[in-house]
Amino acid sequence: MHQGRSLAPTLTLVGISGAALVALGAVVALGGVDPGAALAALWRGAVGSPAAFLSGTLVRATPLILAGLAVAIAFRAGILNIGAEGQLLAGATAATAVALWTGAALGPPAAVAALAAGALAGAGWAAIAALLRARFGVLEVISTIMLNFVALYAVGFLVHGPLQEPTLAYPQSEAIPQAARLAAMFPGHRVHWGFALAVSLAVALWLALRYSAAGFRVRMAGANPHAAASAGLVNVARTTTGVFLVSGALAGLAGAAELQGVTYALYENLSPGYGYSAIAVALLARLDPMLVVPSGLLFGALQAGGAAMQRDAGVPSVLVLVVEATVILLLLAIGRVRGTGLGGFRPSATGAQP
Amino acid sequence: MSAAAEAATLFLEATVRTATPLALAALGETLTERAGVINIGLEGTIIAGAFGALVGAGAMGAGWGFLAAAAAGVLVAGVFALFALGLRADQIITGTAITLLALGATGTLYRTLYGAAGAALALPMVGVVAVPVLSGIPIVGPAFFKQTAPTYWLYAAVPLAWWWLYRTHAGLALRATGENPAAATAAGIRVRRVQTGAVLVGGALGGLAGGTLVLAQAGTFAENMSAGRGFIAIAVVVLGRWHPVGAVLAALVFGAASALQYLFQAMGWSVPYQLFLALPYVLTLVLLAAAAGRSGAPAALGRSTVAHG
Repeated sequence: MHQGRSLAPTLTLVGISGAALVALGAVVALGGVDPGAALAALWRGAVGSPAAFLSGTLVRATPLILAGLAVAIAFRAGILNIGAEGQLLAGATAATAVALWTGAALGPPAAVAALAAGALAGAGWAAIAALLRARFGVLEVISTIMLNFVALYAVGFLVHGPLQEPTLAYPQSEAIPQAARLAAMFPGHRVHWGFALAVSLAVALWLALRYSAAGFRVRMAGANPHAAASAGLVNVARTTTGVFLVSGALAGLAGAAELQGVTYALYENLSPGYGYSAIAVALLARLDPMLVVPSGLLFGALQAGGAAMQRDAGVPSVLVLVVEATVILLLLAIGRVRGTGLGGFRPSATGAQP
Repeated sequence: MSAAAEAATLFLEATVRTATPLALAALGETLTERAGVINIGLEGTIIAGAFGALVGAGAMGAGWGFLAAAAAGVLVAGVFALFALGLRADQIITGTAITLLALGATGTLYRTLYGAAGAALALPMVGVVAVPVLSGIPIVGPAFFKQTAPTYWLYAAVPLAWWWLYRTHAGLALRATGENPAAATAAGIRVRRVQTGAVLVGGALGGLAGGTLVLAQAGTFAENMSAGRGFIAIAVVVLGRWHPVGAVLAALVFGAASALQYLFQAMGWSVPYQLFLALPYVLTLVLLAAAAGRSGAPAALGRSTVAHG
C-alpha cells in the first residue's frame, strides 16, 4: 500500500490527535468537569515530568506497541484479528506458569523462557481462530472476540484455582521469581526492557514486510487475494494462517512482557483492554509497523495521562476508549483506512477452501 | 412438584429470560444483515440502550425507559450508518470503533453523572406477567408465558418480521438489496435508504435488548453490562441462517447454555462458575464451526462499495 515516506502521515497523526483531544474535552464538559483541569492532569500524567514519561507513558506504550504490531500485521494480510486481548492474556498466563515452575532453578534464562512461552501461547490461542477460519470458514472477527471472553474467564478460573497464590487469600498467582522478571531500563523508573524489545520487533517487522519474500506474500495476500492466488505467486491460505499465528505470538509477547515487567503476578484485570486499544494503535499507524511505535507512544501517553486524570480531576479513565474510537472514526472519515469488506476475508475469497 | 420438575421449570424459565435480549438484538441484526450490512457495533448499541434505559426510567418510569433505550440504540446505529453507509467506510472497523465509543461514553457518563459508586441505583422495573391458562401448563407454561413484557414483544415481532420480510414488497426490496445491490438499484430500489432504514431498526431492537437487561432483569445499570451479548447475537444471526425464526431458536440455545448454571445449582452439582460464564462463548465457536458450509449469508453482506444508490 502506501510506501512513500512523506510528511502526510505525521500531519495526519497530529491532526487526529488534536481532534481526539477536543472530543475528550467535550465529553468531560458534558460530565460537568472543567476540561482545562482535566487536560492539565492528562498532560502532567503523560509527559509532565521524566518520572511520568519513564514510569507511566513508556510502561503503557510497551504492550500497546507489541499488541499494535500484532493487529497491524494481521490487518495487512486481510485478517481482522480482534483477539489481541485474549492472545495477550494467554501469553501472560503461559509466562506466569513457566516463570513459576522454572524461575528459581533456571536462573536468568528464565526470563527468556517465559517470554518464549508467552509468544507460543499467544500463537496457540490465535491458532484456534486460524483453524476455524481455514477449515470451517468461521469469521475471525466473531471467533477472536469469543476467544477473548473465554481467555478472560480461563484466567479467572486459574487464579481462583490451580495458579492461585499459596495462602489462597487473593485471586492472583504467586509473584514470579526475580530471575524471570524484566529489569528496569533506567534505575528508579518503571520502564523495563520489554519496551526495547517492542521497538526492536517493530523495526524487524518493518524490514521483513518491506524487503523479504514472506513480507511480499503478506502484502499480496492482503491487498488482492484473488490476484495473488490466481497469479500463482502466493499460497494465500498458508500465508494468512502463518500471519495469524505471528500476530497471536506478538500479542502473547505483549502479555508476557506486561507480566514479567510490570505486574509480576497473574490476575484477572491484568490488561485494561490493551488488546482493543491496539486496534486504534495499528489503524492510526496505517498498519505500518514502524509507525506503530509513535502511535503506541501516543496512546501510552493517553492512558498514563488518563489514569492521572482520574486521580487528580475525577474524570473516569474509560474516557480513553472514547478518544480511541474517535481516532478510528476520524481515520475512516478521511479514508486512511483501507477498506477490507467481508469479501476480502471470506474463505472463498482467500482461497482457503479446497 | 418433584425436585426434578422444579429444576426443569427453573431451567426453562431462565433459558427464555436470558434468550430474550439476545433474540431482540439478533432479530434486529438479521434485518440489518439481510440488507447487506453487518453491524459489529451491535454490542455498542446494546450498552447504549442499557444506559438510555437508566436515564429514561430514572426520570420517568419503566415505559419511558424502554423508549429511551430504543432511542439510544437508534442514535448509536445512526453513527454507524453515517460512517459505514454515508462515508462507505469499512463496516467491520466502523462497528468495532462504535462499540469502543459506546462502552467508553456510557462508562464515562455513568461515573460522572451517577458517581463512582452508583451501585445503589434502584430503577423502576417491569414486572412478570402471567398469561392466564397458558402459564398453568406444567414445566413449559411458566417458561414461555410467565415472563416480562419484552418476551411477549418477541412473540409479536418475530411473525411480523417474517411476514414483512417474505410477504411484502418492502421486504423483497430489502432482501434484493442484500443479495445484489446493483440489480436492486437497476430495479429502482434506493439501496442506501433501505440499508439505512435496516440499520436504524436494528439499532432500535438492539437498544431494546439493552433496555431489557436493565429494566426487566438487573434493575440497575453496570458498566460493560452488555458483556459480549452483541457479539453473541451476531453469531446467533449466523446460526439462525439469517431468518427471524432461526434467530429466535438460536437465541434459545444460548439462553439454555447460560441457564445451565441454575440447573446445576438446583441439582447441587458444583462446577467452577467461570466454566458457566465461558460456556456461551465456547458454544458459539463450536456451533459456528458446525454450521460451516451451510452459509446462506446475503451475497453482498459487508461490501462497503455499493452501487450508486
